[in-house]
Amino acid sequence: MRLITHNMLQCHAKNCNVNNFPLRFENAEVELIEADFNPEFLINMLPKLEWNALATTAVQLGIANVPAQIPDNAAENEEFLKALHGLILETHVQQGQMVCNNCQHVYKITNGIPNMLLGEHEI
Amino acid sequence: MSRPEHIAPPEIFYGDVEARKYTDNSRIASIQADMAYRALELLNLPPGPAYLLDIGCGSGLSGEILEEEGHAWVGMDISPSMLEVALEREVEGDLFLQDAGQGMSFRPGTFDGAISISVLQWLCNADKQVNRPKARMHRFFSTLYASLRKGARAVFQFYPENDDQIQMITDVATRCGFEGGLLVDYPNSKKAKKYYLCLFAGQQTGVRNDMPRALGENGEMHPDDQRSIAYERRRAKHHKRRTTKNIKDKQWIMRKKGIARDRGEKQVARDSKYTGRKRKVRF
Repeated sequence: MRLITHNMLQCHAKNCNVNNFPLRFENAEVELIEADFNPEFLINMLPKLEWNALATTAVQLGIANVPAQIPDNAAENEEFLKALHGLILETHVQQGQMVCNNCQHVYKITNGIPNMLLGEHEI
Repeated sequence: MSRPEHIAPPEIFYGDVEARKYTDNSRIASIQADMAYRALELLNLPPGPAYLLDIGCGSGLSGEILEEEGHAWVGMDISPSMLEVALEREVEGDLFLQDAGQGMSFRPGTFDGAISISVLQWLCNADKQVNRPKARMHRFFSTLYASLRKGARAVFQFYPENDDQIQMITDVATRCGFEGGLLVDYPNSKKAKKYYLCLFAGQQTGVRNDMPRALGENGEMHPDDQRSIAYERRRAKHHKRRTTKNIKDKQWIMRKKGIARDRGEKQVARDSKYTGRKRKVRF
């Protein structure tokens, strides 16, 4: 699962509505897989990204050099876009788990696929 | 053959064997690809790469179409076997093992659009006692509505069992805030008829939400149907030619009898006015 999608995830257990995002990584194994650079796509995604969550997640995974906030004129800043591309589209979490900071539900990740199935009591 | 969703819940029906059979079958793959293209067309996306959701992505047949068209996608499916096949095929989308009836797990406004190919009918059945199909469907549509960007569309190709099912689905979708409706391609064809539920999540400022046009409305036929009809015509012509003249007329009978007498057969029938006479057709 790429970091771009992790940035969109929130916990969907019953009544878990506050502080259910971002999901905290534990025992995460990260893999870098190359992908085609598409600046148009990145520029379109910028308004949807939660930058603080992304920065916190990067720290959790041990990724350095993530800027604290989106620079002005990000659309023209090729260096920033290339770094963003590497961070959100090429960084895959293949194993580990994600934990909700609110209800503590654990979502396991196997072979890059997170298990989002909820228990009977959480529906 | 009974409907698959009456045989077993999807995660069991699509076990390892069936998942492989389904994906290896070239006919199924081609139909799924066609339907994915049509669903993408019905999404009416603005130009440029989009971030899309594939609900019930299975082994990634439809997701690959989204990739080919330059979009980034996220897929979810309830069958681990199908997802495993998707991994083997090295699809580019992010995959999730998820039950759509338990709701979406994405922040509001995440996706530019959503497609779903041959999935919605699975959500209509109560597999375990605790699940009530209507409640699950409501949870699904309401969370989907939230996770779509304002003005985005969700297109579902599915196989409804009956009109009641269609009514139930459209009722729940409307109650969750969606606009839009059912579109039927090639409604007069038995084989080519396909149902697409087109839903709009709100309206983009200044853009009207018009229902797209269905194919086959003006009597135009699906290419496969046209080929079938041409073949039927050819067969009818050929069939007609063979029933006009029967080779075994009186002349032929007299010739055969002569040959038999020459050979010396003793039991050849006498010739009379009844030999080879035209008889009334009794059938």
